[in-house]
Amino acid sequence: MTHPRLQPLRAAVTGGTSGLGRALVAELLRRGARVAFVARHADEVRRTTHELQDSHGIVGDVSRKDDIYPMALQITGTLGGLDVLVNNASSLGPIPLALLADTNCEDLELALATNLMGPFRLTKALLGSLAASARDGRHPIVVNISSDAAVTPYETWGAYGASKAALLHLGRIWDAELRSEGVRVVSIDPGDMDTPLHELALPGADRSALRRPEEAAREIADAIAALTSAPATTTDREVLQ
Amino acid sequence: MKPAALPRHGPRRAQLLVVDAGGRITHHPAADLPRFIRRGDLIVANDAATLPASLAATHVRSGESVEIRLAGRRSLEPDAVTAFTAVVFGAGDYRTPTERRAAPPNLAVGDTLAVGPLRATVAAMHDHPRLVDIRFHDSVDEIWAAFARHGRPIQYAYVQGPLAMWDTWTSIASQPVAFEAPSAGFILDWSTLRALRARHARVASITHAAGISSTGDPDLDRVLPLDEPYVISPATAALVNRTKQRGGRVLAIGTTVVRALEHAACRMGHVRSGNGVATGRIGAQTELLIVDGIVSGIHEPGTSHYELLRAFQEDDALIRMAAEAEEHEFRAHEFGDAVFMERSADLGAACVASVPTPGEIRALS
Repeated sequence: MTHPRLQPLRAAVTGGTSGLGRALVAELLRRGARVAFVARHADEVRRTTHELQDSHGIVGDVSRKDDIYPMALQITGTLGGLDVLVNNASSLGPIPLALLADTNCEDLELALATNLMGPFRLTKALLGSLAASARDGRHPIVVNISSDAAVTPYETWGAYGASKAALLHLGRIWDAELRSEGVRVVSIDPGDMDTPLHELALPGADRSALRRPEEAAREIADAIAALTSAPATTTDREVLQ
Repeated sequence: MKPAALPRHGPRRAQLLVVDAGGRITHHPAADLPRFIRRGDLIVANDAATLPASLAATHVRSGESVEIRLAGRRSLEPDAVTAFTAVVFGAGDYRTPTERRAAPPNLAVGDTLAVGPLRATVAAMHDHPRLVDIRFHDSVDEIWAAFARHGRPIQYAYVQGPLAMWDTWTSIASQPVAFEAPSAGFILDWSTLRALRARHARVASITHAAGISSTGDPDLDRVLPLDEPYVISPATAALVNRTKQRGGRVLAIGTTVVRALEHAACRMGHVRSGNGVATGRIGAQTELLIVDGIVSGIHEPGTSHYELLRAFQEDDALIRMAAEAEEHEFRAHEFGDAVFMERSADLGAACVASVPTPGEIRALS
């Protein structure tokens, strides 16, 4: 099977050492993109850069304000610019999942810091690079990894769901505001996947019923290829469904 | 004139002096910049992000602490971060004005400098005890990680508090290749870019490795700016050339844009895309071929920034401008107020340019 070529796209993925993020780094590399990824733990970053040849591993925590510019520096420094940012790193909030009434404020704050503030800060720090990509005639995009919990009020998913709902809306406003700069912001819900995050949320779930993250990564890479190969059109909605 | 001591960005806080083609001077809020832009104008900014180019290091042979300020590189390729020209100070940091900074220990070719986990070798000495070429021996990713973790923005004593990296990135900051912020670009926020387009002006960018503005040493300052690599994209070159053909104005945001565009000018009103290295100084003797106006910070006579303005206006207008800035308490330096200067109608453009050699300019693709 042939895939739309992503070369010479320059892409950055947060949360790149496990689950969907790691699968997406591998998929984008396989399609010829130059890829930098971010993750919190230095040893896992080292292991992943070793396993995924030619990837650029960056140690950082998107929930920490002071990590954002060092991350942006390394992303744009190693790649020489940026065409695709995937805000994938996510926090569940309280583990195990809890009723809102039992959720510590700090757990909600952490979910907001990771799922909302982190993507906002990193997008803002990298906006100059994305707009420069557009001025060079490319079609840069920001992909925010979303969830059905952003739309449906599932009980015990309050911290995660509220933060993802806010990210979804933030993405819509970014997209409206940035079209004039030639930068698109889209949200993609990959569905329930067999990932460490899912295992934390629902330990012991039937893994055979879950999607493989590699499959979701292929679909997201297809969407990235479609969106970065042409200016925004009304068919975007179809691409993402 | 007082320097701006706080890193404030955006047009809302700053003032703007306007010097028009007739040498008339008026002053305005900086947010009014778009009022002076006409249909068909092209605004060109430097989209370089700023490196945390100040590295605390140890001179291994003597055991002494030094501050390395990265100051020059040969190309803008992402991998070209193993070799730099650098200015080395002795122990201390930005809180001591540069002119009072201690000399570094005697440096010699082959000396090792330890920067966090990185090891750099002094690869060459120039004709000054502070000015060296250094070479890192680590992988490119390790070098970027160490810059991110151990580097700080180059800072001067008149700016209060330690600068964070976000203080030194303009809104449009892209590839991190500037050693100091291309600070005229601080006037552009995203709403200003919209306002410029609403006036049917176009916005383009170049990427230019803006160098350091001062070393505190008169002998070294005389050779500033060092050679600065830049890249002009095919899209930007096409916009510049089309604007000139149609009689629009090319307006540079910052002195680095003037250096790059004029260096890349190969004939009247025409620039080539590609990589180049801007050399030499622009001053009163320079006949501008491309740039019709400049937005700049306010800089003092004698600095290379001020000298460059002499290519745009007669000294008489610059003297009046300085008096006006003084009277209205404009703030100088990188976080200060701004001037928008049209090229004087009396300084007509001429068809004389120093043409870059083929080795300096090569096509992008």
